[in-house]
Amino acid sequence: MNVAESMIKCLELEGIDTVFGYPGGAILPMFEALRRSKIKHILVRNEQSAVHAASGYARVSKKVGICISTSGPGATNMITGIATAYMDSIPLIAITGQVRREFIGKDVFQEVDILGATEPFTKHSFLVTHADEVPTIMAKAIKIATTGRMGPVLIDIPSDVQLEEIEFKHIKEVEINGYKPTVIGHSGQLKRILKRVHEAKTPMIIAGGGVLLSGAEKALTQFAETRKIPVVNTLMGISSYPMDSPYYVGVLGSHGDVLCEEVVKNADLVIVIGARMSDRATKNFSLIRPEANIIHIDIDPSEIGKIVNYQIPVVGDAKTILEYLNEKIKPNEDEYWLKQFDFQRAVVEYTDLAKGDCVNPKHFLNEVSRRLTADAVVTADVGQNQIWTAKHIQYSQNRKFLSSGGLGTMGYSLSAAIGAKLASPEKMVVSVMGDAGIQMLLGELGTLSEIRHKVIVIILNNNLLGMVRELQDNAYGKKSHFGIHFSISPDFVKIGEGYGIAGRKIESNSEIQSVLDEAFQSEYSFIIDVRVSPEVDSL
Amino acid sequence: MNLYVLSVIVENEPGILSRVAGLFSRRGYNIKSLSVGETEDPKISRMTIVVSGDRQIVEQIKKQLQKLIDVIKITELEPDTSVYRELALVKVMVNEQNRPSILEVVDIFRGKVIDIAKESLTVELTGDQDKINAFVDMMKVYGVSEMARTGLTGLARFNS
Repeated sequence: MNVAESMIKCLELEGIDTVFGYPGGAILPMFEALRRSKIKHILVRNEQSAVHAASGYARVSKKVGICISTSGPGATNMITGIATAYMDSIPLIAITGQVRREFIGKDVFQEVDILGATEPFTKHSFLVTHADEVPTIMAKAIKIATTGRMGPVLIDIPSDVQLEEIEFKHIKEVEINGYKPTVIGHSGQLKRILKRVHEAKTPMIIAGGGVLLSGAEKALTQFAETRKIPVVNTLMGISSYPMDSPYYVGVLGSHGDVLCEEVVKNADLVIVIGARMSDRATKNFSLIRPEANIIHIDIDPSEIGKIVNYQIPVVGDAKTILEYLNEKIKPNEDEYWLKQFDFQRAVVEYTDLAKGDCVNPKHFLNEVSRRLTADAVVTADVGQNQIWTAKHIQYSQNRKFLSSGGLGTMGYSLSAAIGAKLASPEKMVVSVMGDAGIQMLLGELGTLSEIRHKVIVIILNNNLLGMVRELQDNAYGKKSHFGIHFSISPDFVKIGEGYGIAGRKIESNSEIQSVLDEAFQSEYSFIIDVRVSPEVDSL
Repeated sequence: MNLYVLSVIVENEPGILSRVAGLFSRRGYNIKSLSVGETEDPKISRMTIVVSGDRQIVEQIKKQLQKLIDVIKITELEPDTSVYRELALVKVMVNEQNRPSILEVVDIFRGKVIDIAKESLTVELTGDQDKINAFVDMMKVYGVSEMARTGLTGLARFNS
């Protein structure tokens, strides 16, 4: 068996049924091995999309996402996708072809130092120079990507190595000297947490993406409900806690809910779980008071004390720690604190938003939300649409929200939706984007058409870069817009038709119901081009 | 700003130097010196890194370094419990008149003359950074034409 075949075989044995890629000269043996395997290969239109699709696949399937490209430009196109996955701790393996070993460093055709280029935003990377190391490298790559704080791993493999014959081995357990992630929290710290939780009168939880990555949703619910603790999500934490729960407060941060800030300010104990307390979640760190009682649970020791030294840091896996705490905590019957902010919860009057001719995106998404199945997956892009999709669709622990939170990569939504759909074809998948985001990786409509699975693509089309418009408003005053208008507004329904995807435009509120009916009943993918008012702000 | 000495045990893998150096530059940490060499096990190298910063930064540096997969262990070498040495080669301008007094200073510092010419001599000196700085200051009076320093390397003292 050659190296390429043994790598593909290893992925098969790991339960990978779909990979995303784009072939080229330096990765031909891998594609030949793929052709002869049971794994489905999804040909994307740009390597960046392969990484986003693998990310969507990983986030829904809970398996490692795999994306494959050739050397040189194939590899460099992946860079944005890899950085996106790194910021959001998504478990991926990117396999890139490399020029033959004897040519490395000679600036030959399609040679690039992709290891060097991606070094700052891969969890780890390998340049394979000896064929016999491949089984170990595969085992290490999978372990590194999927354990501890998850993240993308890159394997750069010269084309001549791919062809070398080796003895196939599927290594399941591998020891890595310098890699021993802490799963179980420090027992002394856990005891201190229990004491503080029982003493606290007005505690709160900030739940981040780590809760989802660790699969700690149920443990979180039990913890919050037993102690009657209100829960706030970061953007990445959305869908780690059901939004219709009386314990749920809202989304924290610069585009979040004001009530969340109130709860943070009045809390005598803040329990941060799987959140890195980014600038965006904390309004440039202004929401964190160093003197506050803060418990910080995170799998990554370097997140502890990166921004502020929290009072009780504990390194470990969110699920393991919450399950431990759940065994020890005593129920709290006092609802006083929960009731405090109950009446302050902002209620969005969608019927008011539905007045007027122009479609209000918040009202529109609320209508979409009502039609989603309980276990639908919604992917949001970046910009105003991300905030609207985060806040005007109801999520639960089954109905997932996927977006590029850390890097804020436009174009993520569509490819992530394709990956999510292939991971769980039985689930309803909706991709929300802006008119700018979809044009970043427009060709993926072709990929979507080819997969023959249904994704509803919603384009909130205001013909400009809406979030940048808001930033310019704030920074330079209204009417100081520059470089944000598209003078040509493409007909996305016609573009969809060109790719074999049906679609409809919505230009006024009165058209919403009939178009949504058609889209949700359609057997195939469907594009909804919604003309939204350019005046509407994200908040 | 204080100086801290980190002794970092790493896998002797290609790319580890750039991973460590890249980490320092992109996170804005100050590196004063870095020396690398094999350990008793050829698969494993030791990096001795001198960093400047405050305690919180050094703690972050240690955690970020620990995140690199090829980093096996990090020990902070504290002055009381460690030994440090640096090697310096110093080329000093000399003439007939000042040579004896230069050699006297070299002798006091336990340096060794390893090359000598009509107008210059090269001194090899090991010691901690203070000693080398003091020697270099003395030599500046005569004129230092070139100098090479290895950066600090060190080990924890035996601790029973």
